Amino acid sequence: MLVGMAKITSGKLFYKDEDLTKNIKKAQRFFGVVADESNLYDEMSGYENLCFCASLFGIPKKTRERKAIELLKAFQLTEAANKKFKAYSKGMKRKLTIAAAIIHEPRILFMDEPTTGKDIASVRQIRNMIKDLHKKGTTIFLTTHYIEEAERLCERVALINKGKIIRIDTVANLIEQTRESNITEISFEENSLDKNMILENFGKKFSNLEYVLKNETTIKISSKEKIDIAPIVNHLSEEGFWVNDAKLIKPTLEDAFVQITGIEIDLMKKEKK
Amino acid sequence: MKSLIPFWNILVKDMKNYYLKPPNISWGIIFPFAWMLMMFIKTKSAFDINQVFPGIVAMSVLFGTTSMLSVTITFERKSRSFERLLLAPIKIELLVTSKITGAILFGIFNSTIPVLISVLYFKAPVANWFFLATGIVFLSIISTLLALFISVSAKEVFEAQTYSNFYRFPMIFLCGLFVPVSALPIIFRPLSYILPVTYGVDVLRYSIDSTNNLTPLLSIIVLTAFCLFLFYLSIFNIKRKWIL
Repeated sequence: MLVGMAKITSGKLFYKDEDLTKNIKKAQRFFGVVADESNLYDEMSGYENLCFCASLFGIPKKTRERKAIELLKAFQLTEAANKKFKAYSKGMKRKLTIAAAIIHEPRILFMDEPTTGKDIASVRQIRNMIKDLHKKGTTIFLTTHYIEEAERLCERVALINKGKIIRIDTVANLIEQTRESNITEISFEENSLDKNMILENFGKKFSNLEYVLKNETTIKISSKEKIDIAPIVNHLSEEGFWVNDAKLIKPTLEDAFVQITGIEIDLMKKEKK
Repeated sequence: MKSLIPFWNILVKDMKNYYLKPPNISWGIIFPFAWMLMMFIKTKSAFDINQVFPGIVAMSVLFGTTSMLSVTITFERKSRSFERLLLAPIKIELLVTSKITGAILFGIFNSTIPVLISVLYFKAPVANWFFLATGIVFLSIISTLLALFISVSAKEVFEAQTYSNFYRFPMIFLCGLFVPVSALPIIFRPLSYILPVTYGVDVLRYSIDSTNNLTPLLSIIVLTAFCLFLFYLSIFNIKRKWIL
């Protein structure tokens, strides 16, 4: 609706206090859109595609040529500049599609699942590009099914379930709201000590903590209050354990999503498939 | 002035990507040439160029424009590159005009072959070059708009081509291309006059031997009205069907 591909059925579109609900073409000047599929022209080269996309925004010839060269360089596509788009790999196609969406320097960029189905190297590169664009002041609307991607890249997240926004907040707030307890995991070298006996002693000393032996080499400790790791590590060392790792387990955005929506991630992925 | 940049670039892109491809250029030459040859062989010595000239020119334009535009529109819509054009800050009227201009020019190019053969080889006596050119331009515009109207409703290229055949072939017989409308059974004549190509062919007939049924000015007025109607109807359909 915001980009003009569907009629606005309710609500209003404001840009800098200007109501553009009925003038979507004006709003489109400020927008860049990266569709979920690369929709450039197969028969045109990367350079021609970029120049063409810039021309759609009324950018004069010399400026669009300069910008196309700059973007090809920035996206490490200079060598493929004169190759036809259909000869590009999936990752290259994605990068060029993003370049095409920002050639007119939009203030707001809409990205629909920009990393879906791409190889790891391309995903990392695309995520870095998104971060760079954001640093330069572009507002980015990112739609993704990869919840860890949203956690890593976004400042504010809107959780959508069955087409409705059910929660909108910063990543930190969403996670904090769903945090029920603090969890710490302590790992140690494998040994032949009687762990049940040691856990019993542990329970006597740290009666305010809940604990469970997660596996042969890890104890999972949880508490409503903050956990001070140092005395626990000391205690285990005194009992003859060789502690090699102690970490605070933070809830993730995925945990928050599951808790807020009640949908398990696996189920969501199945539904999408 | 700024809106001319996207207009020109969409047109150039379409020309390079579709119309100026060797298969299409050769098709644009071979198709009208084959029609000329067929008429020549069929009629042998009694070959009256004045009779077949408007029909061959009209057919070359009609088939050229309708085939090509339905490919460019439907293909781009399927590959979602048309979406890119809709997302640009270009008025939809300008966008559609730039898309159809390529097909109109292709139609005009298609007509040059039969015109050249008729005039240079068969010595067709063109009485009024202005109305010949006007007739060709209008035929090209109206054929393109008919194709646009169909393409907006089709999802696949083959669908667009199939739908196009429903009006292209009847038009050969009903629009006075080879058989003058006045020679048609009386029951078909009203049908002829609700088809826009009839008026384009009538202008062509006027330009060559004045065997037209209507005054050329009236035909041009009717053609303009048809063009405007089809243009805005197509835009209405694009807004309704493609912008959900």
